[in-house]
Amino acid sequence: MARNIKLRIWRGDSTDGGLKDVVVEANEGEVVLDVIHRVQATQMGDLAVRWNCKAGKCGSCSMEINGKPRLACMTQVASFGEEETITVTPLRAFPIIKDLVTDVSFNYKKAMEIPAYEHPKELAPGQARMEQIDVERSQEFRKCIECFLCQDVCHVVRDHEENKKSFAGPRFFIRIAELDMHPLDMLKNRKKTAQEEHGLGMCNITKCCTEVCPEHIRITDNAIIPMKERVVDIKYDPARWLGSKIRRREGL
Amino acid sequence: MTIERHNYDVLIIGAGGAGLRAAVEAREAGLRVAIICKSLFGKAHTVMAEGGAAASMGNVNDNDNWMVHFRDTMRGGKFLSHFRMAELHAKEAPDRIWELETWGALFDRTKEGKISQRNFGGHEYPRLAHVGDRTGLELIRTMQQKIVALQQKDGRDTGDMESGIKVFAELTVTDILKENGKISGAYGYWRETGAEVLFEAPAVVIATGGVGKTFKITSNSWEGTGDGHALALKAGANLVDMEFLQFHPTGMVWPPSVRGILVTESVRGEGGVLTNNLGERFMFKYIPDVFKDKYADNEAEADRWYEDQDNNRRPPELLPRDEVARAINTEVKSGRGTEHGGVFLDVSKRIPAETIKKRLPSMWHQFYELAGVDITKEAMEVGPTCHYVMGGVEVDPDTAAAVGVPGLFAAGEVAGGMHGSNRLGGNSLTDLLVFGRRAGAAAAVYVKSNGKNPVSEAAVTAAAAKIQAPFDREGGENSYSLHAELQEITHNLVGIIRTGTELKEAIEKIAEIRKRSANVSVSGGRKFNPGFHLAFDLDNMLLVAESTAKSAINREESRGGHTRDDFSVMNDKWRQINNISSFDGNKVNIREQALPVMPKALFDLFDIHELEKYMTPEEIAKGGSN
Repeated sequence: MARNIKLRIWRGDSTDGGLKDVVVEANEGEVVLDVIHRVQATQMGDLAVRWNCKAGKCGSCSMEINGKPRLACMTQVASFGEEETITVTPLRAFPIIKDLVTDVSFNYKKAMEIPAYEHPKELAPGQARMEQIDVERSQEFRKCIECFLCQDVCHVVRDHEENKKSFAGPRFFIRIAELDMHPLDMLKNRKKTAQEEHGLGMCNITKCCTEVCPEHIRITDNAIIPMKERVVDIKYDPARWLGSKIRRREGL
Repeated sequence: MTIERHNYDVLIIGAGGAGLRAAVEAREAGLRVAIICKSLFGKAHTVMAEGGAAASMGNVNDNDNWMVHFRDTMRGGKFLSHFRMAELHAKEAPDRIWELETWGALFDRTKEGKISQRNFGGHEYPRLAHVGDRTGLELIRTMQQKIVALQQKDGRDTGDMESGIKVFAELTVTDILKENGKISGAYGYWRETGAEVLFEAPAVVIATGGVGKTFKITSNSWEGTGDGHALALKAGANLVDMEFLQFHPTGMVWPPSVRGILVTESVRGEGGVLTNNLGERFMFKYIPDVFKDKYADNEAEADRWYEDQDNNRRPPELLPRDEVARAINTEVKSGRGTEHGGVFLDVSKRIPAETIKKRLPSMWHQFYELAGVDITKEAMEVGPTCHYVMGGVEVDPDTAAAVGVPGLFAAGEVAGGMHGSNRLGGNSLTDLLVFGRRAGAAAAVYVKSNGKNPVSEAAVTAAAAKIQAPFDREGGENSYSLHAELQEITHNLVGIIRTGTELKEAIEKIAEIRKRSANVSVSGGRKFNPGFHLAFDLDNMLLVAESTAKSAINREESRGGHTRDDFSVMNDKWRQINNISSFDGNKVNIREQALPVMPKALFDLFDIHELEKYMTPEEIAKGGSN
């Protein structure tokens, strides 16, 4: 059954903008992205919104819905009260391009800073043997759809532009953890560089990233905390400390 | 106005599996590569592929090899596939999968620690390498990260990470440019700003994927607007057999928020059964003669197959996609469908909830969150949804070079020939890898021997004028409503079941919309304006729809992804013919072209009695070419 709902959409660009109220039809079972598309097709032909799969798999339609970072394709209209106004605004942590579209290039720059996977040289294609249980730890992190909601919600950068330079953000902590736990990866020191170059230490484990993750990846518990613990172990282990003073050691 | 200009060796349009694989290959051959994508990097439709990537590694059943895979592919395509493409694909797929592992991919494992392989419709043995049900995402991420690895290497060598490969995200190409009959580059605009960009490059690889948005119910995202098909046509290339569209048999039909979204075939591979509103497991009624010896005709045997695959025939739910789609369509049309026009697909009765969540995690998660449907407890309502186009750019199998346009290459869904009249599930992910790599390699060879081919100012002026035009018109047609009208026409008249009279009507109506689309006007400015973007996508979709409708009316038989109510059986004569679309600047023209004949070595891989079901006595007597 179709009914009219109230939607408040942020419209504008980097110079100026504000919330615009619209009334739009919503059908049973529809998600917020459906009604945004209806607004676009019938009332605001130039309303900018990113989307691709409309199935929670590509992570394009990230926005803030009633102030919470969410995927518009995974947010059912029925989850709001009948009289409630649904407010949609662009991701706050990133510069606005237009309307609901932000400049997320920060994330792609960070992606390029994480050292790539290193395959064992002696292991020819087809020769790898790994236990399912061993690949599962990294597989959890490889579920990431790069919606960047974790990056958006993280208070280290959400209102602190100045931290962006030295902080890779939760998405890239799980990327580092994924490589660190990869049964075959040969590159050493991943945890150490996470701490020293990618800002792992700035995270104070409030778990906001885990809460917004549409893939339910346990970012804090399974990636960040284990890496932090290992970093701490290494840093404060007296034997290791002594060893590192006696001769420079590769690896952690 | 000064236009942003770039100069590359190879320009790749599309950043899905095929585009990225081509980019890696061309870069590793030492060339400078630009990758253009309409969306953000890493969002390509490839991420939606769930089931897996078919490659005869033989990890689960060591009877498997490239010849079995080749036979399955030819059979699935109803012997209309280009034999050479099917052969190369079957032979090279395992190497392409193993190679991904050396780039960091983490596939699910067998007990021995090898890459696990699962069963899938039309594949004789468990053959699909997979990662839960998010295999496409794993492919994209692995190649995206491989590209970053290459960029990091370039950074170490030159001080500039983007010196060898640069990704141009959220950019639409409106024209492929030629000079002196050869490719010279491409022209387009940044979606973010609307600003125009010229790319000069002597080789262009088209890897733009599919055409689903031409249809009303589709599993494709907004990107599937047939850009590459249309760009290739306009550049003088041909499209082959555009009438063959795969309607995936099991798209969600209810609730509306998930309409069109796929329920992966693995749901059936893991034991999901199809029933109608009478509770009848109806697929047993729809096993075609050509498949009778491979599929169980009773429930008991079908059920045993899940435990013992060597001594039982497979359940008919795992028939090739076109067969399942037609069966569902028939059930619904005969009044045995659900109230929302689908049938039931149930996995909850056979498999424990925890196993479903483990084996089909994103399926479970997706329907639970998007629609409140718990597939571990209840049946899904499913029906056919437009999923994949088998037709596409006519290419040389070995090099992926577009026939007739030097410097142009095409790989992945946008290329035609590989899948014949129907694609087997799992074959598209390896198609991307095999032919993406071949396209990248051949483009590199071409550039090294042909050198630069500068773009003329006249070409730039013409391309720029086209982009500005919709802004200069006022009070013209709205691109959203024209798109909706086109989708109604294709859905009603060029859909899963076709007739000559309806196709004729469709062709006339599409021509009418095309006329009106020349008068599209756009409101708002150039900055990230979806109405403006759609104006260009629409033009592409119209050309694709015209090609599909005209090919469909020409093919007077039913085969694979093309079903004619007025010509309801396969016809040996038509098996020997490809419908070739070309564009004369005004309309699409179709001509019939003889299908290449399989060489004897491949012909002999088949049981002669099987070939007799598809081929004429003369073809059988000849026994393939020499």
